Amino acid sequence: MSVYGAFSQLLEIALALLLAPLLTGWVNQWRAWLQNKSAPSLLQPYRLLHKLFHKESVVAEHASPLFRSAPYIVFGCMALACSIVPTLSTDLPLAPAADAIALVGLFALARVFISLAAIDVGTAFGTLGARREMLIGFLAEPALLMVLFSASLISQSTSLTTMVETLAHRDLAIYPGLAFAGVAFTMISLAENARVPVDNPATHLELTMIHEALILEYSGRHLALIEWAASLKLFAYSCIGLALFFPWGIAEADAPLALLLALPLLVLKLAIGGVALALLETLSAKMRIFRVPEFLATAFLLAVIGLLVHILLGQ
Amino acid sequence: MSPLLTQSINLLGALLLLLSFAMISQRRILSLIHLFTLQGAALVMATATVGYVTQQPHLYLSAAITFVLKVLLIPYLLHRVIERLDVRWDVETLINIPTTMIIGILLVIFAFNLALPIAQLSTTIARGSLGIALACVLLSFLMMITRSKAVPQVIGFLSMENGLFFAATAATYGMPMVVELGIALDVLIGVLILGVFMFQIREQFDSLDIHHLERLKDV
Repeated sequence: MSVYGAFSQLLEIALALLLAPLLTGWVNQWRAWLQNKSAPSLLQPYRLLHKLFHKESVVAEHASPLFRSAPYIVFGCMALACSIVPTLSTDLPLAPAADAIALVGLFALARVFISLAAIDVGTAFGTLGARREMLIGFLAEPALLMVLFSASLISQSTSLTTMVETLAHRDLAIYPGLAFAGVAFTMISLAENARVPVDNPATHLELTMIHEALILEYSGRHLALIEWAASLKLFAYSCIGLALFFPWGIAEADAPLALLLALPLLVLKLAIGGVALALLETLSAKMRIFRVPEFLATAFLLAVIGLLVHILLGQ
Repeated sequence: MSPLLTQSINLLGALLLLLSFAMISQRRILSLIHLFTLQGAALVMATATVGYVTQQPHLYLSAAITFVLKVLLIPYLLHRVIERLDVRWDVETLINIPTTMIIGILLVIFAFNLALPIAQLSTTIARGSLGIALACVLLSFLMMITRSKAVPQVIGFLSMENGLFFAATAATYGMPMVVELGIALDVLIGVLILGVFMFQIREQFDSLDIHHLERLKDV
């Protein structure tokens, strides 16, 4: 492990932790602008985190240790996920620890714990949210795996860093299979991050909510960790999307100058992605919960067709 | 011949397939027409790209005809038809949509499997596009079979023609101009006649459900 590698890994983790709430704020701001509302400040998520960290954490009387530990596990999973997705550099010492399949597993682990914690206290809303979350999760996971497989078929590896190296640093080539994978990935990200066609992130106490129902019983620092983890998840998904479909500009090993260039490029790509997400959310209406399986099945089938197209065209 | 252009033909083919898939999973007639228009636009770009790569100027002309017909005229006619018939919203399907999509993916696998040995033998620019075109045609067939109303069936028919046109362009660099003009005219006339048919069906049965046509009646 080189010094450079360790440095880029640390930089990436720090960047993810700092930038993730900013991305959430950016998306919220654009969403408000597009819907003709006056927008909250860009720094609003930081203020929320600051407020929550200074509040007392109230825990239900019958809550088990699982309920207390779940926020830390979820936050840990998301932070690890952010650190293995190559955002700035492909020279990451932590990357061999988990490939694309393990990354999906990490997301699943976080989901299982947050759902268990929601059931743990025994409120009606928590159980409802947990079931819905598992329904969406079990449909979204295979689709996400298929998307990652389309990319790994091209690079012949399931390691995310190798994928990015292959996709970004080879001769420019168009992969039609990736077009399908891109559409599927967009649909999956919307579902996984509790975005509009599947869930509305702006509601509280509504019968249709999913993510908010899960975390209704949390308060104080626990809630802060969960909110931060949700921002990190959005950040991780955006970075996976950028790494697979727009990998240009991510620095290679031993290229300190490229690292300097990679940072503003990443911020620019994330900013554009955030506007696109807000636009997508504004343009689509929320689906009925029973339509969600159909939505995710479409994503899965598109990802499978992406694989098939790649096999047919075989480059 | 740059490999990037060849790949972009494949990409446009994949886009056609993507739109075909979106069409069979679509419930609303209005969105169906929008998707059909987009498919026409993708076809125009594919034809023009093939024309540029293979240096065949007559493909530009056929791209222009496709643009006028399939991006402007036919969508306009379809819009007028659904406005006059006042059918904008839901499409009834005979099989539910998830099942249709699973059948659709089986069709895609079948088509790709069929085209794989042909693609290995062929020497034309976009070898994979034959499989994609075949899959588009089969998906449009599926759409015609699973929809019970007349308008989506007509759109399915038109989208099948898109698939065939793409196959002809990509696999054989376009048909002779006379044939192309003939087909273009046929499609246009077909849409007009089918439009008249739709009004007639509606007048006779007060509905666009073609199941009413299954029962023969001696007067």
